[in-house]
Amino acid sequence: MVRERAIEAVLFLAALVSVFTTVGIVYVLVKESVVFFQQVSIVEFLTDTQWTPLFDDAHFGIMVLLSGTLTSSVVALSIAIPLGTLIAIYLSEFAPFKLREIAKPFLELLGGVPTIVYGYFALLFVTPLLQKIYPELPGFNLLAAGIVMGIMIIPYVASISEDAMRAVPMSLREGSYAMGATRLQTALHVVFPAAFSGVAAAYILGISRAVGETMILAVAAGMQPNLTFNPLEPAATITAYIVQVALGDLPHGSVGYQTIFAAGLSLMLITLVFNIAGHVLRKRFREAY
Amino acid sequence: MDIRKDIQRRKRLDALFGVLGLIALMIGVLTFVTLFADMAIKGLGRLDWDFFTSFPSRRAGQAGILSAWVGSTLVMVVTAFFAVPLGVAAGVYLEEYARKNWVTDLIEINITNLAGVPSIVYGLLALGLFVYQFGFGQSILSAGLTLALLILPVVIVATREAIRSIPQAIREASYALGATQWQTVRYHILPYSSAGILTGIIIGMARAIGETAPIITIGALTFIAFLPPSPVRPEPPFLSFEWLLSPFTVMPIQMFNWTSRPEAAFQVNAAAAGFVLVVMTLAMNGAAIWLRYRLRRNLKW
Repeated sequence: MVRERAIEAVLFLAALVSVFTTVGIVYVLVKESVVFFQQVSIVEFLTDTQWTPLFDDAHFGIMVLLSGTLTSSVVALSIAIPLGTLIAIYLSEFAPFKLREIAKPFLELLGGVPTIVYGYFALLFVTPLLQKIYPELPGFNLLAAGIVMGIMIIPYVASISEDAMRAVPMSLREGSYAMGATRLQTALHVVFPAAFSGVAAAYILGISRAVGETMILAVAAGMQPNLTFNPLEPAATITAYIVQVALGDLPHGSVGYQTIFAAGLSLMLITLVFNIAGHVLRKRFREAY
Repeated sequence: MDIRKDIQRRKRLDALFGVLGLIALMIGVLTFVTLFADMAIKGLGRLDWDFFTSFPSRRAGQAGILSAWVGSTLVMVVTAFFAVPLGVAAGVYLEEYARKNWVTDLIEINITNLAGVPSIVYGLLALGLFVYQFGFGQSILSAGLTLALLILPVVIVATREAIRSIPQAIREASYALGATQWQTVRYHILPYSSAGILTGIIIGMARAIGETAPIITIGALTFIAFLPPSPVRPEPPFLSFEWLLSPFTVMPIQMFNWTSRPEAAFQVNAAAAGFVLVVMTLAMNGAAIWLRYRLRRNLKW
């Protein structure tokens, strides 16, 4: 009996590791950010239009990095969401059984390709290709990075949306077909609305991926802070900035060292907002059959 | 007559959408084929024995991935050592032991949320905690622990799914014969769910092997022209754990380093390293998917 209790206690501790991880993340980010915000006011952090933390004339305007993150995410999502949704509807409602059996695992394989490989592809394949169409495009740009990022996110969006649509009971489709609806009408007016909570979760996951993506941007979008919403320009994102600082040799405890934690905290808060939004959406649009 | 036209139009739209969906699917597939082909064409010429047995070098033609693949292997050993027992234990606890209370809810919400945290944030956690607070430095141990935390949700979720598919009757039969809860887990639950758990472990490890951002964040060096101390010694006690605290580099960082150089010769190296990396992750993920497919087909309770 004692042994049974001891084993349960050990298993419980293993399960608690996930709680410790969250506590650890919040502790580290907040601890370093507090020191940072003692030297830089929050107002300056949120409103300054320059990001030059390593210069003598240091400016800390997170907006600059945020603009890069936002622009690249918008480019990525405007590819991933339409294509991912199309693929999900096609696989769930249109594709023959055999094709779906091959396509689903293939999509999963795509999701497993390391992001550094996508970064290489964006910088050395997509950018030169885009430069043939638009010669003035700089070697580093948000457009190529965003496009490749979008393609990287397609499998996540498609796979989770498809699961949600497949979970819609057959009787709903049969009801629709019996009324004389085509497959497209059934897909758009019956299946998609019924599966919306799951599809929304897939979109939210896609957004989180885009905002947190690092290597594609660090490789292909350049690491120059640039307040811009033009995808044709190079710009650093929050994640690319962290990589840039980590690659250099900043002493532990300097302001430069602390900036990456403040940047990380901003990133965490953004993804948290989307995670909560996803949770609310799921609750609100959940359909029970 | 109008309704005929309308039906015709709807049918055309329906067919059109089918084509559109197929095109969307093809865009995804073709992009990947292009990526793979591009790396293969550029990189295959560099892939020979020397590429795997040489250190990185200032001269692109002589550079290799020796320190990178050795580093990746050692980091993976540390990651598996921590992530597998912890993840399986946590999964078993949540499925077989946990009572329905707020602590369990808290753990479950945490696991869901951690799966959505950007990987670079794990790097910051490791930088603050493992590298400086615990004093592990920029070492293989720090990197392995970081990646273990990163893939923990993957292992836990896979374990739980595998355990959940075991029918309740199996547990009841075990209890009826007088087995304790742990005996039931040890002799029934774990063996029957092992293939499903293995699938999750492989997918998690494939993810860990390709992760770049968190490892860069803890400060891994990009140019390492030596190997960590050997774990095996000629004299007693024969084993040494000095390698755990050694500086290191891993495959994706080596590829990042070569990709960000302007010289075309280094980009060929990047293509070759990328090819190796993609083949490795595809093989691992492919094995996991195949395993799951076989499992679904053969398993009938």
